[in-house]
Order: sequence, then C-alpha cells, then structure tokens
Amino acid sequence: MRLEKCWFCSSTIYPGHGIQFVRNDAKIFRFCRSKCHKNFKMKRNPRKVKWTKAFRAAHGKDMTKDTTFEFEKKRNRPERYDRNVTENTLMAIKKIAKIRTAREAKHIENRLKPNKQKKLNDDMKELDQNIHMVQAPGAQKIKVDVSEKKSVQNEAMEE
Amino acid sequence: MVQYNFKRITVVPNGKEFVDIILSRTQRQTPTVVHKGYKINRLRQFYMRKVKYTQTNFHAKLSAIIDEFPRLEQIHPFYGDLLHVLYNKDHYKLALGQVNTARNLISKISKDYVKLLKYGDSLYRCKCLKVAALGRMCTVLKRITPSLAYLEQIRQHMARLPSIDPNTRTVLICGYPNVGKSSFMNKVTRADVDVQPYAFTTKSLFVGHTDYKYLRYQVIDTPGILDRPFEDRNIIEMCSITALAHLRAAVLFFLDISGSCGYTIAQQAALFHSIKSLFMNKPLVIVCNKTDLMPMENISEEDRKLIEEMKSEAMKTAMGASEEQVLLKMSTLTDEGVMSVKNAACERLLDQRVEAKMKSKKINDHLNRFHVAIPKPRDSIERLPCIPQVVLEAKAKEAAAMEKRKTEKDLEEENGGAGVYSASLKKNYILQHDEWKEDIMPEILDGHNVADFIDPDILQRLAELEREEGIREAGVEEADMEMDIEKLSDEQLKQLSEIRKKKAILIKNHRLKKTVAQNRSTVPRKFDKDKKYTTKRMGRELSAMGLDPSSAMDRARSKSRGRKRDRSEDAGNDAMDVDDEQQSNKKQRVRSKSRAMSISRSQSRPPAHEVVPGEGFKDSTQKLSAIKISNKSHKKRDKNARRGEADRVIPTLRPKHLFSGKRGKGKTDRR
Repeated sequence: MRLEKCWFCSSTIYPGHGIQFVRNDAKIFRFCRSKCHKNFKMKRNPRKVKWTKAFRAAHGKDMTKDTTFEFEKKRNRPERYDRNVTENTLMAIKKIAKIRTAREAKHIENRLKPNKQKKLNDDMKELDQNIHMVQAPGAQKIKVDVSEKKSVQNEAMEE
Repeated sequence: MVQYNFKRITVVPNGKEFVDIILSRTQRQTPTVVHKGYKINRLRQFYMRKVKYTQTNFHAKLSAIIDEFPRLEQIHPFYGDLLHVLYNKDHYKLALGQVNTARNLISKISKDYVKLLKYGDSLYRCKCLKVAALGRMCTVLKRITPSLAYLEQIRQHMARLPSIDPNTRTVLICGYPNVGKSSFMNKVTRADVDVQPYAFTTKSLFVGHTDYKYLRYQVIDTPGILDRPFEDRNIIEMCSITALAHLRAAVLFFLDISGSCGYTIAQQAALFHSIKSLFMNKPLVIVCNKTDLMPMENISEEDRKLIEEMKSEAMKTAMGASEEQVLLKMSTLTDEGVMSVKNAACERLLDQRVEAKMKSKKINDHLNRFHVAIPKPRDSIERLPCIPQVVLEAKAKEAAAMEKRKTEKDLEEENGGAGVYSASLKKNYILQHDEWKEDIMPEILDGHNVADFIDPDILQRLAELEREEGIREAGVEEADMEMDIEKLSDEQLKQLSEIRKKKAILIKNHRLKKTVAQNRSTVPRKFDKDKKYTTKRMGRELSAMGLDPSSAMDRARSKSRGRKRDRSEDAGNDAMDVDDEQQSNKKQRVRSKSRAMSISRSQSRPPAHEVVPGEGFKDSTQKLSAIKISNKSHKKRDKNARRGEADRVIPTLRPKHLFSGKRGKGKTDRR
C-alpha cells in the first residue's frame, strides 16, 4: 500500500481513490479525481494549468528546492526492517514536516514582499487624487449642522 | 522392407468421369482464345498444344493406375496368392493390361494427329483435326470402361484388407468352422471379431496384436476349413489356406473335443492329416478347445487314439519342444488354459525364430558387438567400501534433521487442516532480532509514505536540518526588524474604501443609463424624473462632504415658487420642490379626479392616468382619452385575431447564410 501522486495536479492519492490509466507502452498515469483525468484526456499540459502543483513549481510560486525534500525519496530497493531505524524515522517525519511547512510559508511571504510596497504606493496615489469625492477641499472635520439641528429637534420632541 | 498398405491407391474414376477430368483440364490449362487472323503457324501450335496436353494427361493418369496397383509377381507370395484367390489373377492382369494398351494407343493417336496438324492450312481445318484427335482418345478410353470399374472395385476391397505383415512374428489360428477360433482371438488380443454360434462366421482374415515377453505378436484369425479336395474349396477357405501356406508362423490347430461344432473328432483329425503338409517347418500346437463341455478324460478311446496320432505327427516338427507345448487343453468360455496356449505358441515361435537367426550368416556381425565382462576375483579376501566415521555421523545427522523438520503442511494438519490454518510468512523473516518479526509498521503517516523516509542515518540528517533551521530563523527575525513597511492609517483606509464605493456607484449608474437609453426617451435633468434632486438629499450629501449645507438649503427654498393658482396642476413641479408644495399638488389632483383613488399602488410605477413629464400630455384627462382612443382602435382587430401593429415583421432580405460561400448541388434556399 502506497500513497501515489496525481499525474496532473501532483496531489496525494490515497488507496482506493482516483483512477489510473496504463498506456500501451506500460507507462502508468494516476489521477486523483475525474477533474484531473478529464484534463488529461483534453491533452492539457499541467505546467500551463494554473491550479496544478506543476504550474506553481514552474512559475516560482512554491518552494521547489530545499533540503527537506531530500528526506523523502522513493527507494526501488527494499530495505530490511529495523525497529530502531523505523522508530527514528517515524519521529523524524513529523519534525521534517513542521520545518517544511514553516519554510514554505516563509517562501510565499518573501515572494509577496515587493508587492506590498507597490500596493501602498497605489493606495496613496488613489487617496490623494480622489479625496475630493469624500471630503470637500477646505472642509472642517466636524459633525455637520443638519445632525445638530436634528438633535435639537429631537430634544424638543422629547420635551 | 516393403509396406503392404493398399489403402494408398488413388481412386480409379470410371470411363465417363475420366474423360470429363481430362477434357476439362485441357480446357482450363491451355489457351482458349484464337482468331482466324493469326498466323497459320500460331494456329497450328495452338491446336497441337491441346492435343499433346490431352495425351500427356491421359498418359500420366493411366500410368498412375498401372504403377499403383501391385504387381502380383513382385509382392510377397502371401499377398500374391491372396489377391489371386480373391480377385482372380488372370482377370486382374487382363484389366491392367488393357489400361496399358489404352495408354499406348492414345500416345499413338496423338502422335498421328500432331503430324497431321503440321499440315493444317486453316483454323477450321486445325480445329477439326483437334476435335477428331480428342474424340478418338476418348473412344479408346470408353472401351476400357469395364476394366476401370473392375479395378475400382478391387481397389475398394483391397483398402479394407487387414494390414498383415508377412515377415513379423505371427500366430495363426486354424481349424474347422465353429471350433472357437474367433473366441480365442478375442480373449488374447484387443481385436473385436464377431463371434456367432454358426459355421463360417468369420469370412476373411482378421488381425489382432498381443504381447509376450515385451514383444509384439500378430495374431491372425482365419475362416474355418472343411475337409474336402483342394479344388472344391471356396474363396473363404482358400484365404485360410493361403495364410497357412505362405506365412512363417506358429500354427494353432483348434480341435473341438466336445463335438458341439457339428464335426466329430475323427473328421477334424482327417482335416489335420490332409493339410499337414502346410505345417511343415512351423511350430505347431494342437489345442483341444471346449473342455468345459467335455473334459479331456471323458472322450472315447478311439478319439483319444486319433488325438495321440495327431500329437505324434506334430511332434515331428516340434524340434525339441516338450509334449506339454504341443498338445494343450483350454476353454475359451471359462478362460481356462487360454494364457498357457498363447504362451506356448509364442514361446515356440520365438525359439524357432531365434534358432533360424542363429543359423544365418548375419549373426556373426551382431555377436561381435556384444561383450559381457565378468571379472574374476583374484583372492578370497572381501573388500568392503571404506567410509570414514565422520562422514557417517554427518550423514546420520543430516538424515535426522531431514526427518525432524516440520513442513508447513504438517503444521496445517496439526492446527485444524486446510481452510482453518493460515500460514504466516512472518516467521520466516530474516531480521536482526527475532522479536521484531511480529512488528506492525505504519505504511502511511501524515500523507507521506513511511518507506520513502526510511534511512539508517536519519537522525544525523535531522539534527543537521534542525541546526540549519535555527540559523535561518535567526536570520529571518533580523530581516523582519529591518524591513518594516509603513502602512496606511485607519482613517485613510476608511476614506479609501469610501472613495472606492462612490466610484463603483458612479460607474454602475452610468452603465445603467447607457444600456437603457436606447429604448427610453431622454428626459432633461431638470424634470427630475426619479425624484432624485431633493433639498434634503443635497443637505445630506454636502454634510457628508464636510460642508455646512444650511446656507445652500436656505437658498434653494427661497428660490422655489410660492403657491400657484388652483387649476394649473403640474406647472409647480419644480426640481427643487419641497414638502408642503407637494402636499398642495396632491390636494389639487384629488380634486380634479372624477372618482377617488381606490387602490394604493406602489410608487415605483405611476398609475396609468398620471402624467409623467416627457410623455407629451397636457393633463391626465388628455392622457386618459388618448388611451381610450388607442384601445378602441385595435378592439376590432383583437376580436378577429387579425394581424395588428405588433405583428409587423421586417424579414431579413438577404440572409447571410444563404448568400455566402460555395453552392453545392442542393436547393438555393437551403444550405
């Protein structure tokens, strides 16, 4: 029993899920859901479809190079079972995952940094140019007479 | 060695079929198209070819018949005589001779006509010559039709003859009819010969096979023979005689001692003596059959004497065989003595054949190839094999281990048998510690395959990673300290969002107007169709902008007109109308109406009679009358359901799809 990766979107496929296609040259294509399968049948390139992992990796959206990735590797040679090693591994997996998520988050944060400054500039400009829509030039920032009047009226009503 | 298989002979067609075959082949295999205009040489060639081709075909077919039928002189005399007995040698030879003559005649005819064709001077002449040639050939063949029919019959009969090999080990069974020859045959071999309680059940030779001392013996069952002169014998008997005469076989002479076959022992003895010349140089066994009906002891003195006589006769040719092997008793009904008869016959035959072989010249060649070594002991000391003690012990140990080892099957049997016990493969695992064998390892953890992470030095690598991570985190904190981007204040954010909201509304309104404008009459803004421009609203908006609206509002009020004369209704509906003004309007409206408003309607759509600025009516009465007139105008049309104003259609005069592109062969109004 193994968790496989979807050929199209690279998501994890749990046992009993998805569908797989074996081409006549014996290459196996696994799909996590019908959406991916349909996209494959439409001959779409996963690197050009925005929502796939392949796109995100190709366009620098996600972290692709990291030491944490080197821990997880498919081994084609069976290892003989060793209780100690397995225990250590199980422990390590959790730690590695934690570090990895932290790094991934940081990666995205770094990626978005230059955007922030730009956005601020844009906002400032917009505010500057359109302030007249909400505030008359030279207007005081005071509650206006109408409401005062109203309050007076209200008081009168109450009286 | 010659194989006598007459089944292979090809079918002999009768005269008519023969002609059909040959002529149709000529038609198919030679050219058929010829014209008068061809050169004469070509015409001659054309017909000569036909004649020659027909002749060669006849020749080949007839030769095949002549070659395939056996020549009586050249085959084994047994078969030669058998065929003579069955089909008459003269007749057979005559038929083959006729076929041969026909073959020669046809060759001659062809030769003659080819010669004549060389001088044919026209197509017609050549054709006539060809027809004549073929006709004569066919006539020749037609004359031998009876011979062909005879040969075909013989072929069919020969195909059904038993395949007797005259040279192999053979046991021949003979005797009077109905003495139990076929019964014995059925007992000894796997053949299934018909057995019936009347004479001459068996009408021809039958062959079966039996084994003795790992050798195969051919057993031949012959029809019964009667004791009468040779010339009087019929074909059925002659078959037996032929077999007796020509096969070098062990002969079993069957004697029915009970006499239930209808012949006395005396008669049978007479037969024995009359054909005893045929038994020369052959192992002969006299078999007294049917001992179940009459035991050997009960027969009369005379008969016993006759049997003794026969026995002594048989002993002459016995060549050293004991008496027990010459005269035997048996009963095919009770199976008593059947096997001993067979064994005796086979044994004697084998002896005889071995002796004959030993006498022949060839035996020396065979003997040279044999050598059996028998070493002589040099002294009387016994020399046993020497095996070291260690080896013996090791062997014993191994044997013990082999015995002790419990197989999976044993375990299964102990623990409830198949279906209950399930074998565990885990116990055969080769691991560092035995207690690990039963461990259950998770295969999947947090969406990862555990097997992909397994690594003996994972702890080291993890430690390294963690150290690396610590360094990175420290770096990140510093960077964060450095990079602190200023942000908009809350108030600014609020303003920005308001600006954006206003912008969105502006855009929306603009779009609304833009799309709808096409179907609506444009009403000047001063009419304030949607009642948008009120003093109240102005005040609200100005105050929202941070201005004091009081002076502006006052001015608007002062500008508005005062009360109007009663009868003018809508003239006072100014853009900057105020509350009390509207009230007075309402009063006027109520007054001008003939009846009161009974239904309250939603404000979104004005009632039909209310005049909306821009519609072009003076007042509501005018509008009402206009509506009335319009309704009346189409009342009649509606009743008759005739075409009205709304049904007006301007069809597309030149539909694009009918006037563009290539035309096919279809209609012009459909594409």
